[in-house]
Amino acid sequence: MSDDRVEMSFHLNGARREARLRPMARLSETLRDEFGYTSVKVGCDAGDCGACTVLLDGRQVCACLVPTARMDGAMVVSADGLAANGFLSRVQEAFLRHGAVQCGACIPGMLSAATEIAAAHAHPTRQQVRDGLGGVLCRCTGYQNIVDAVMDAGRDPDPWETPIGGAVGARLPRTDGVAKVDGSAIFGADGIPGDALWLRAVRSPHMAAKISIGDLAPLHERHPGLVKVLTAADIPGNKCYGIYPDLKDQPVFALDQVRFRGEAVLALVGERAALDAIPDDEVPITYAVLAPIVGLDAALETGARQIHEDKPDNILIAAALRRGEGDPSNCAHAASGDWRTSYVEHAYIEPEAGYAQRRGDRLEIHVTTQTPYMDRDEVALIMDLASEYVHIVPTVCGGGFGGKLDQSVQPMLALAAWLLDRPVACVFHRPESMMVTTKRHPARISARFGCDVDGRLCAAVMTADFDTGAYASWGPTVAGRVPVHGGGPYYWPNVAIDARAIFSNGPSCGAFRGFGVPQVALAHEALMDDLAARVGMDALEFRHLNALRAGNRTATGQLLAASAGLDQCLDALRPHWQAAQNQVRRHNAGGPIRRLGVGLGCMWYGCGNTGLSNPSQIRVTLSAAGRVTLYNGAVDIGQGSYTIMRQICADALGIGVDQIEQVTGDTDLTPDAGKTSASRQTYVTGRATELAGLDLRRQILRLANAEENAAITLTAGTLVVGETEVTLSRLEADGNGAVLVGNGVFDPPATALDANGQGEPYGTYAFAAQMALVEVDMELGTTKVIKIIAAHDVGKAINPTLVEGQIHGGIAQGLGLALMEEYLPGKTDNLHDYLIPTVGDMPEIEVILVEDPDPNGPQGAKGVGEPGLVPTAPAILAAIKSATGVGMHRVPATPDRLRAGILAREAAQ
Amino acid sequence: MASYLRPTELSHALSALADGNLTVIAGATDYYPAQVGRHDPHDILDISAIEALSKITHDDDHWRIGAMATWRDVIEADLPACFDGLKAAAVQVGGAQIQNTATVAGNLCNASPAADAVPPLLSLDARVVLEAKSGVRERPLGEFIQGNRRTALETGQLLTAIKVPRALEGGRSGFIKLGARSYLVISIVMVAGLVVLDESGLVRQINLSIGACSEVAQRLPALEADLLGKPLDQQLSAGIVAPRHFAQLRPLDDHRGTAAYRLDACETLTKRLLAELAA
Repeated sequence: MSDDRVEMSFHLNGARREARLRPMARLSETLRDEFGYTSVKVGCDAGDCGACTVLLDGRQVCACLVPTARMDGAMVVSADGLAANGFLSRVQEAFLRHGAVQCGACIPGMLSAATEIAAAHAHPTRQQVRDGLGGVLCRCTGYQNIVDAVMDAGRDPDPWETPIGGAVGARLPRTDGVAKVDGSAIFGADGIPGDALWLRAVRSPHMAAKISIGDLAPLHERHPGLVKVLTAADIPGNKCYGIYPDLKDQPVFALDQVRFRGEAVLALVGERAALDAIPDDEVPITYAVLAPIVGLDAALETGARQIHEDKPDNILIAAALRRGEGDPSNCAHAASGDWRTSYVEHAYIEPEAGYAQRRGDRLEIHVTTQTPYMDRDEVALIMDLASEYVHIVPTVCGGGFGGKLDQSVQPMLALAAWLLDRPVACVFHRPESMMVTTKRHPARISARFGCDVDGRLCAAVMTADFDTGAYASWGPTVAGRVPVHGGGPYYWPNVAIDARAIFSNGPSCGAFRGFGVPQVALAHEALMDDLAARVGMDALEFRHLNALRAGNRTATGQLLAASAGLDQCLDALRPHWQAAQNQVRRHNAGGPIRRLGVGLGCMWYGCGNTGLSNPSQIRVTLSAAGRVTLYNGAVDIGQGSYTIMRQICADALGIGVDQIEQVTGDTDLTPDAGKTSASRQTYVTGRATELAGLDLRRQILRLANAEENAAITLTAGTLVVGETEVTLSRLEADGNGAVLVGNGVFDPPATALDANGQGEPYGTYAFAAQMALVEVDMELGTTKVIKIIAAHDVGKAINPTLVEGQIHGGIAQGLGLALMEEYLPGKTDNLHDYLIPTVGDMPEIEVILVEDPDPNGPQGAKGVGEPGLVPTAPAILAAIKSATGVGMHRVPATPDRLRAGILAREAAQ
Repeated sequence: MASYLRPTELSHALSALADGNLTVIAGATDYYPAQVGRHDPHDILDISAIEALSKITHDDDHWRIGAMATWRDVIEADLPACFDGLKAAAVQVGGAQIQNTATVAGNLCNASPAADAVPPLLSLDARVVLEAKSGVRERPLGEFIQGNRRTALETGQLLTAIKVPRALEGGRSGFIKLGARSYLVISIVMVAGLVVLDESGLVRQINLSIGACSEVAQRLPALEADLLGKPLDQQLSAGIVAPRHFAQLRPLDDHRGTAAYRLDACETLTKRLLAELAA
């Protein structure tokens, strides 16, 4: 019997073992559930992502595709078993040294694959490394640092250096790196108690339907392991949730209708095996199917069915910006065009997961999230509890990119655990994660830009509609951010931009790295190239001429007082741009089948919420024992906030990074540092951290009556300030054992936008320019990106390795957006039909860091999370146009679309 | 409740197959992905412990790829040049993990229209060995795969080996896969070919196959006929290839590519393959 256990003997992570195991259980399941080796990550259960890669008799395999029976007589090594005698393997060390680790969800699989490569080749070539890693997807790093690490794994590790007073700017390894390479980091699905019940949502197979739920008693009778069926009727508080207080429109469980395919109608709670045995079609739900509204045209058609009663014409929100009266049509030169983009899936390697349990009259939720404080408040509203009765414990987050800013498992788990008073767990499988969670908004953009005879920009007009799907989510944020950024990072005297978010029966679209800016950047950059050509100027010089600079006013009327380094980014690119243009000209002479092309993309990005307060608070304490603790609520989703806050804090205090202990994101323990989104943590929380560190330093100096620049030395419980020793034990400690507490609060200076979109929406802006070199196969329409050079004004790179990592990862996602990523509901709910870049798709990336400091940022730093992605797709599309003459107005520029463009152009000539 | 059997002898496997309706797994790389999000336990016959099925061997007349031979086994085996196409397909299947686990025979039995093994093996005039308790029979690969996920495998039969005639050993072979990314990608179009030249350098035999452009991968008999007896010359072959040679294909319009694109790419890839074989 396949559920009957079979005696097996094997070597597992260095030990000889014997066990009775289920022969057909996936090896991944056995390693996790029977042996606790949770480094074996389950990303897809289909061999599509490689996160569960382990070594079976020295060969890399996807553990999700291997029957446990094959472990019998074999040797199995997972990432948990790579370190020996407390020492990391050379491969693990190399990953830390090269900044190869971000969220960490793919890392155990990468390490397994890398270990196989290292065993086969002492000095592998880049191609051998790519071939060996080709079956493991990473969504964070852009692969470059991983490949570098594997190539360098033969080298003995250097000792770490931790410079005192010079932490900011140092390439320190990640604070959470060791736990991510030795497999001990606990992600959403890794810490579930053995006695937990499980929860599975039953979801609508229809995009739009009226629903009714029948008698559930027979289901309970047939399945005694089914403990509870949860419906909307069980919810004590708000039945719906949403990002904005006035837009809580998404039901936890459908009320009377479903509005997208995959909407939860109810949830089954019970023993895991019992839930697995209940097919969806046994659950008594009746769907009266409605004709779905698919896409912007259908949603905006006159007389279209209204998806939400209170939202006429299916318009969620309309935002506008007006500055000046000028019209591009009256300019010396004008260019215009229309663009369309697709749904894009976040495709983090870790699907949504967590568990909840009731502790007396409080709820505790362990969950993978980008936003613990919003989770806490949302769950409190749904459960009709005060916020302090909800405790969110963020697990290690295996990638977010905006997709873990909305509720997923949280409300269902809270409700189940509360009602049943048992721990309850839920882990989305990949198709569920893809079907149910938010997407990047598909956009339809029309724009017209004009400039004068000398190439100075005069007037921009743009309209952009975004399909926001069934529920509001972050749709208003997109509509709010787009008008500000729609003209691009240039000085415009006259701007008229309208953006709308439109409801449909598609998946809800929400936050995704850039909030609509990557979509409009396709338009503004293509038009900049067109205008440059009309004026007869070089595309880079045209941008340089028009670049926003300190002293300019933006389209919202905001005066940029400082830190606007686009011109410096372009200066840095200029020699590369000129060399690449020559290379392209030489190569393409004679019309080869594989043509080269080079293109530019520029961007700017406001850090933080648009025209809204978004403060962060940080606390740093000194205990009587002389220990410094940073209470850091800026959840690290892979970008490195747990590392850089220590660096910032260390320099503010004037002590070593290693002397700072850290308590990370926990709504009971850490003050509110807001959400990890909008490229705000470095800038906003970083500044709060700096202020908290300075506050503590001031108190310490006062205690010792020391001068401002006195050295602070902490050793074994004694504090020496300058020459003075301070006995900490004499000071009174608070409830947490702290004798001194430094606090820092920072809310970026911003004002709300008026009806014309005028105001000061952000405290600072990041700027960047990227150049892409591509090769296009004219006969097949395939595009290979060869090189990307990315010049980014980051204000100050707190940790250059982490900053480069953000840019590499953004470029990988930008490349996906440009060339391959298109989510089609019901068709691409998995990672073999929905394609994200593999290691083989990535170009060589060179990052140039420009540091034009922001006066408010910590040591001048600004955000970089989203800016890495925004210019990439425009640069690639421009390069494709340079190679082929075809301007792609639809992304992704898949081979069939590009080939059709090439054929159409040939026919027209 | 589902059963699980993992015999070490082929005879035991065949007896079990004769007795019950079992799902056979070899590499299992197609089995598990089909189970995501559903609970559909099958009675399993796992053939991975049958030593006799794991080898790539040859006798006087044939090469024999055992049913448990993985893509990695093909890559690492010392095989004549006529297998270069199959090897090229092998290094482009999935990622390294899939190559280490998945079997070539399983790829045939799964019978996906985009199965990577089918075009190169069609070009190698491969036959499949189907064994049952009642006896052994062979079928040409082209007859074995009958449609999308449909084969001629009968109840009680196990595909135990793939046979390739050694008479083709002197041939050159090649394979080109077109996908929308590197690694882990399902083909938009595949083309495979094998050519045997006579002493004067003229084409004596040429076997060309296209995958992912119809329910089952297809040979291109019209084009093969037009190339027979001609010198294998880059320019000449490219001049012969024409849209009519692909008229029998019925490519799909799907998210991987339009039908028109697939037909267009077939022609390009075929020309390139011929140029590669001529080089």
